[in-house]
Amino acid sequence: MATDEDLDRRDAVLARIEEWRQRAPVLRDDTITMAHGAGGKASQSLIEAVIRPAFTNPELDRLGDAAVLDLPAGHRVVVSTDAFVVTPRRFPGGSIGDLAVNGTINDIACMGARPLGLTLSLVLEEGFPVAELREIVADVAEAADSVGVPVVTGDTKVVERGAADGCYLTTTGIGHVPAGLDLDARHVQPGDAVLVSGSIGDHGIAVMMARGDLALAAEVRSDTVALHGLVADLLAAVPKTRWLRDPTRGGVASTCNELAGSTGLGINLMEGELPILRPVVGACEMLGLDPLYIANEGKLVAVVPPDLADEAVATMRAHPAGTKAVRIGTVTDDHPGLVVVETPFGGTRIVDMLVGDPLPRIC
Amino acid sequence: MKFVDEFRNPEAARELLRQIEALAAAQPARKFMEVCGGHTHAIYRHGIEALLPESIELVHGPGCPVCVIPMGRIDDAIAVASTEGVTLCCFGDMLRVPGGTSSLLEAKAHGADVRVVYSPLDALALAEREPALNVVFLAVGFETTAPSTAATLLQARERNVANFSVLSNHVTIVPPLKAILDSPGLDLDGFLGPGHVSTVIGTRPYEFVPQHYQRPLVTAGFEPVDILQGVLMLLQQLHDGRCEVENQYKRVVSESGSAVALQLLRDVFVVRPHFEWRGLGFIAQSALGLSPGFADWDAELRFDVPGLRVADPKACQCGEVLKGALRPWECKVFGTACTPETPIGTCMVSSEGACAAYYNYGRYSPRSRIPVRAD
Repeated sequence: MATDEDLDRRDAVLARIEEWRQRAPVLRDDTITMAHGAGGKASQSLIEAVIRPAFTNPELDRLGDAAVLDLPAGHRVVVSTDAFVVTPRRFPGGSIGDLAVNGTINDIACMGARPLGLTLSLVLEEGFPVAELREIVADVAEAADSVGVPVVTGDTKVVERGAADGCYLTTTGIGHVPAGLDLDARHVQPGDAVLVSGSIGDHGIAVMMARGDLALAAEVRSDTVALHGLVADLLAAVPKTRWLRDPTRGGVASTCNELAGSTGLGINLMEGELPILRPVVGACEMLGLDPLYIANEGKLVAVVPPDLADEAVATMRAHPAGTKAVRIGTVTDDHPGLVVVETPFGGTRIVDMLVGDPLPRIC
Repeated sequence: MKFVDEFRNPEAARELLRQIEALAAAQPARKFMEVCGGHTHAIYRHGIEALLPESIELVHGPGCPVCVIPMGRIDDAIAVASTEGVTLCCFGDMLRVPGGTSSLLEAKAHGADVRVVYSPLDALALAEREPALNVVFLAVGFETTAPSTAATLLQARERNVANFSVLSNHVTIVPPLKAILDSPGLDLDGFLGPGHVSTVIGTRPYEFVPQHYQRPLVTAGFEPVDILQGVLMLLQQLHDGRCEVENQYKRVVSESGSAVALQLLRDVFVVRPHFEWRGLGFIAQSALGLSPGFADWDAELRFDVPGLRVADPKACQCGEVLKGALRPWECKVFGTACTPETPIGTCMVSSEGACAAYYNYGRYSPRSRIPVRAD
């Protein structure tokens, strides 16, 4: 028969346990285990101790299964998703976390949309260091905060050792665009100007150098940056902008080929006008790479009517992400569907779609 | 890299083109062959052919060491790569070269450990870092790359790295040049000699070309201005009635070549009695194998390679293209059954192959001409 003393002791113990459970969650594990992916207590402690603290915002804090976002009346939803598997995960100029935020924001931005929020999905390999996970999460949070685009929901999975390479991130971005704004390749016409917002090939070369496979050193940093501010300025100054795209894997060459393919028009690029940093030129020469095919993570290609090209360039140059913006070419009805580069002394060559992969796992 | 700018200087190029036009106008049509994959690539990358007068044609010879590897040797490499415990290291453009039924890239997708390296020293470093791997370096190239393979083997022997070997497909430039010159119905007026092979072997080995075959040869560099100057020098010789070996690429090529590199080759390699060249058949004394002193590092001795001859697909006309007898677009399957994505033959696979260069860069080529200023 329980005495009053027994009951008091029991209550004290229960109260102690309850108090303990209310404490801020601390993750004692230093590596990720399969338990962290099971959806139970270990998962909970991973989320509570590592992931949620980085991202606190009203929508995320509701902890619903999905986020609810408000759209201004009359606007249309724009959504984009990308997975990030870059190796190494950290490189001069940024990390996988920065790419995950900026890359998806840029896809949204190139539709002329204002980004509203991001989702973040993580696939972790068993044995992944928690310390590195904290750094990646911190990078994502900082990149998202610095541009005011919250991470509103997410997911975490763990797979057995060997079933993934460390850590893969997927972000989906939601944005909105006013009715009437319609950036589309079908608006592109012969004679239109092709512009780029800055130097090309920086990201791919920076990652390649960071891989350490090559006994090359170069002062090249990834150009990863969110471009929605630049896009907003450009569209405000040049509402007649036809089309925007961020040239990631496959570089400016692939972006131009996609445009040529979807419009059935040709594109002429002027090799002498391409903005390329000297160390990138050097690295590409040594490795037999063409900067036109190398990935970028903070640049856009814009197509505008020819009489508005100067204004578009000037507007971009006035923004920190576009200081080296320049016109690089013209849309033409010659050679339909082909991208042709004119060399500084008048020779020409085709710049075709990429075959094979010069630099795998670049973003 | 200032020199890159200088040798791509449009003003210099324009001046050379002006002089070329002047000389070409006073001569019959000329056909010059280059025997260096790097030249093929550079000519198309910079759109040089379209800048030359129409009476001058540049023909592409067997200068791409990847292109001349017969399918049977690729199958040998695939067999080695697919052996349990082997890590095969090779240069990037070897991955998609088609063998009899497969390629190294496909073998990799099926589980073979195939890795791209930029230098044989990287493969040796890998072997030293990971003693559990059985590392094989697939060595390809003319005398340009053979010295670095040789240097790597010397290091492997000195440091007694047992888990490393080399599968050698190195070839030499003079025998195929001679084979081309011996082909009946040869219709060439001169040669642009290889640039980087010549930094190793010098320019003396080419003396037989003017002496026995009465054709001028100019070794040239790879920048647009180099190539244009090389063409100009050939035209000048023909104009002057001279026939000799000249060196345009003086900044890196000397008459006697690199004594150090040549010694490395002598220390490590022996000339094979004969070797099969895709499209050219068996050529005597044209390839390098490891000398007996390096038997422990010779992958051909360490592994059981099939060593079979595989006939080229009937549709493939790589042989004719390699000899310069056929232009890429004259091949029946060019651009249709044979494309860079689905190559039938090696001329299309390697970025230095004539067909790949033409398809990737030059297939749309308005013959745009720089207006010649009447100075």
